[in-house]
Formats: sequence, C-alpha cells, structure tokens
Amino acid sequence: MAGSPVQVTGTVLTTRRVDAYHALTVVAPGIADRCRPGHFVTASVGGPNTSMLTRRAFAVHDVKPDYGGTVELVFGVRGPGTAWLADLRARDTLDLVGPLGRPFPLPRDPCTCVLVGGEYGSASLFALADALQARGCRVDFVLGAPSADRVFGALRARRMGETTTLTTEDGSLGMRGKVTDVLPGVIADARADAVYACGPMDMLRGVTAVAVEFDIPVQVAVEERMACGIGVCMTCVLPVIGDDGVTRMVRACTDGPAFRGERVRFEDVGTIPFDALGAPGGRHA
Amino acid sequence: MELPNPVLTASGCGGTGRELAQFSDVARLGAFTTRSITMAPRAGRPTPRMAETPSGLLNAVGLQGPGVDAFLQHELPWLVERGTRIVVSIGGGTAAEYAALARRLADVPGITAIEVNLSCPNIEDRGRVFAREGSAAAEVIASVRAATRYDVPVIAKLSPDVADVVAVARACVDGGADALAMINTPVGMSIDVDTMRPALAAGTGGLSGPAVRPLAVRCVWQVHAALPGVPIVGMGGVTTGRDALELILAGACAVAVGTALFNDPYACPRILRELEELLQRRGLDRLADAVGLAHRPAGSQQRTRTDLEESSL
Repeated sequence: MAGSPVQVTGTVLTTRRVDAYHALTVVAPGIADRCRPGHFVTASVGGPNTSMLTRRAFAVHDVKPDYGGTVELVFGVRGPGTAWLADLRARDTLDLVGPLGRPFPLPRDPCTCVLVGGEYGSASLFALADALQARGCRVDFVLGAPSADRVFGALRARRMGETTTLTTEDGSLGMRGKVTDVLPGVIADARADAVYACGPMDMLRGVTAVAVEFDIPVQVAVEERMACGIGVCMTCVLPVIGDDGVTRMVRACTDGPAFRGERVRFEDVGTIPFDALGAPGGRHA
Repeated sequence: MELPNPVLTASGCGGTGRELAQFSDVARLGAFTTRSITMAPRAGRPTPRMAETPSGLLNAVGLQGPGVDAFLQHELPWLVERGTRIVVSIGGGTAAEYAALARRLADVPGITAIEVNLSCPNIEDRGRVFAREGSAAAEVIASVRAATRYDVPVIAKLSPDVADVVAVARACVDGGADALAMINTPVGMSIDVDTMRPALAAGTGGLSGPAVRPLAVRCVWQVHAALPGVPIVGMGGVTTGRDALELILAGACAVAVGTALFNDPYACPRILRELEELLQRRGLDRLADAVGLAHRPAGSQQRTRTDLEESSL
C-alpha cells in the first residue's frame, strides 16, 4: 500500500505529443516526493461540474524536483475522459490523487533485469530502470506495440539499457512480432535474473510464461479498469493466488498494480474461478 | 441513536475504512457504514463490474466480502479501536440468514446500528429482491429486530425499484425498523456499442451518482410525508453540501455519501462543511429545523433571523 496518498490540485506545466500518445507534466508537490517506481496517480476528468464520475488512473512516467515536484503522465485517447485530458493546456489545473498502489519491489543485490513494456505501459519502466541502475543492476529493455508510433520511449530505452530490443506487429520498427517472441533470446543473452513487465494483460500473460520457463522471478504491473484507485469501489479485481495457495479476487489498485506474475491467474481474468475464495458454490462457501 | 454529525458513508463505498483513513479520520464521520456483510465469504461478480454513464455509475460488484467471521476478526476491531461509529450493513438470501447474521453481531460491542440491505435476491422467491415487496421486507426486518439488542437500532435500506415505496417503508416500520435508509441503487444497464455487448459482465447493475438524486429526493419526500416520525437516512448522488441539504429538506435527518467518495476521498468532511455553511446562511441553528422543511405549505415563508431582528415587537 502507498505510504500516504494525497489529493493535490496540480497545475499543468507542459503538454506534448509523443507519437500516438499524449504526455502531461503536472506540478504536484506532495505526490512527486512520495512516488516510487510502479506507483500510479488518478485524475478527475471533465472539470468541476463534470458528468464523468470515475477517476482515470495513470502510471507515473517521470518525477522531477522542478517547482517543488512534478509528475508526468502518458496516455492514449480512449474515450471522452482521456480526450478532455489531451485538451488541457499549460496553466490549467488538474485534480490528482497519489501516489497509489504498491510499487515494484527492488532486488536487494545487484542483478540483471529485463524490463518489458507494451505500448505506453513502458512509461512506468524508466523510473524503475533508474532505481535498478542506482542499485548497480544491469537493465535490458524489450519494448513492443502493434506499430512504430505506439512504441513508447524507444530512444530513452536505447540510452539507458545495456541492450534494447524493439518489436512491432506490423514490422514498422525493430523486429516484426511480439515482445514474447524475442524475450527468450534477450533473457538468455543477458543471463537475466529477473523480469519486470507492464502493458496489456495478454502481453503480461505471455511474459510471465517465458519467465516461468526460465525459472526467474517476474513482476507484472497490470492495467485494470478502476473507478476510484484507492481501494473502495471493488471494481478492479482479478484472481491472484495468495501465499497460502488460496485464490482471491484482489484489487489491482491497492494489492497491485505490481504482482508476482506467476501468482496472477491470467487465464481466469474477467471471471470468478470456481476455486476462488467465496466463489459461488465453491468449497469455501 | 445520536450521531455527532449527519454525514455518513454509504454501504459499499468506504471499503473497510482503512482506505478512507489514509485521507481523513474515520472517527470524525457521522458514522461509517460497512459494505454489506454476508455469512460466507463472497468472491463477487466477474469483471467488468463498472461502467460510467452520464453523471452516474453502474456497478455490479456482487457483495464481494470476506464473510462475517473475517469481518469480526479483522475489520470491525480496527474501526472500534478508532472510536468510529459503525453501521454494519448485512445481506442474505433468506430471512433466516439475516437473522443468523444479526445474532452473530448481537454480542459484539461497538456497533452503532444495523442496516439491512434488502436489495439482495430472495432465494426462496425466485431471486426477487426482498425490497420489492412489503411483506418479504417486513419478514426480514422483524427477524433481524428480534435478534438484535434493544438499544441497537435496525435500519431498513429500501430500493426505489418498487411501485409504491411508501407501502414498503410502512411494512418495514411495522416490522420493527427503527429507521429507514433510502435509496439503494436502481437497476440499470449499459451496452457498449463498439463491442455490441452489455458493458457489465453481469449485464445489469446498480445505478448511482447524481443521475439518481431526483429519485432519492422523491422517495425521501414521499416516505417522510407518509411517516413523518420515522428517521430517514437519505442517500443517492450526494456530492455537495447543497445535495445533502436537498435530501434533508425532503425529510432526511442524515445523509450518506457513496459514489462521490470514488471521485473525492475527502468528500465526507467537505460535504459536512458545506452543509453547515448552508444551514448557517439560512439562519437554521439546528439541523433538526431543516428536516422536511420543504413540506411546509407554499406561502408560509419561514421566518428568517433578519425578520426577527427587524421586528418591532
């Protein structure tokens, strides 16, 4: 759980287009100081008399100390809420709550980590790479998307990573295919000790399968639809196996978004597995 | 039942209390209402459980919760420790299950009131919800009332999805309800025109948010007019102090905040502050003076403080 999230009426500092995505830098002091890699923030959209009641959740791409602390969010326009955000200009205000969620756990000792990002999921990996490198870890990147304009942060990955492998499904950038096609090679070449991944659910499933095959730990940050982001609405649940071996419907926002990949029952996301705690007609009922 | 202030959380909207406590002190709420506690643990409904609609939110969570044992072990003691006034919401599939839950809670110290969520499917009546019919609702209320300590009030939570909300309210009061809470979410539905499938995995869901506020005001108004002596906790789309005052003027003596908490975790203290300011500006020293005030006949202008001050009598 996040230490202590706060609500901040932030001021937009800059907005920019990054290929298919929008990036928004917001002055949000209380949030920026507390952010760790993997944390997310939620934004209220539509202004003070909005008809859109749910907050939109975004991974924090970058935290900078300027103006008391800024956070940068990266998003694609998917509906009226994100369209409103994309229309914000410098000096507009934005209601943010954060930092939220459980950040990525970091290895105690220096090791080699492969960071896998799908589409704008890679946004949260650069702060993680910073933290890993500060601990003496080697970092390799694998970034993928359907097309070149939807691969986020390729340049930065090339600057930071020991190696960077890019994949696109249409072959417009890097290797033609999916991240899971190249991941085994990258893990083998780097002799990786751990994998971190962020992106769409089916990509996380594939990445977890590869890591399990190599018998190395994998941390995945899931992107589930949320209404509140603080753990009260119970809408962002997914089936995750606990330390006691029991599957529970846990909240992506407060129990995640980072999970041990092999604990997430990817095949059953979107359902209530029959053996989950409290499942209808289940053995715990 | 005495509460230090009239702003409560609505059932199922404040988590276990710990989540809200990160933002503001739960002991300063009028009361914290728990999610509906069930006998056995429940995994709830599949996802997607939520869809946004204009000024509203559709949800079908399916009463996900740990069951009464885990609730009493892990969740309630934490709330009691903090000095929170706790309204425990209960849900069941039969009147006997409600009664069994009430018995489990009867000897537990620190419970301010029991709220009976009557919008649960009655498994003995083809899954129709108890709140749809006065007799089914009254049977549940009577069994809970009988199992609950005399000094713990029983609140019946009513659904607006009925032909005659007053009839159900009256049946609940006759069954022993000390107070009424309204409204639970009316059932709605949304279809994603891109996937051409229902937006919720469950198909239908409960609609909440400002979209349902007129429905709540109407229900509170009708029930207060028919049963002026029965305390009503008003809820349904309360987002600001003005919304809270609207329900109070209709006849509620307390209000609960639900969906607004999803957008603004500080909603309860903010709404209380706004409500106090509004009452003060209208010259109403006590909340009780405002309860049901909108029912006074037209033309009988309430005498404001300035009238009195400028009177020569």
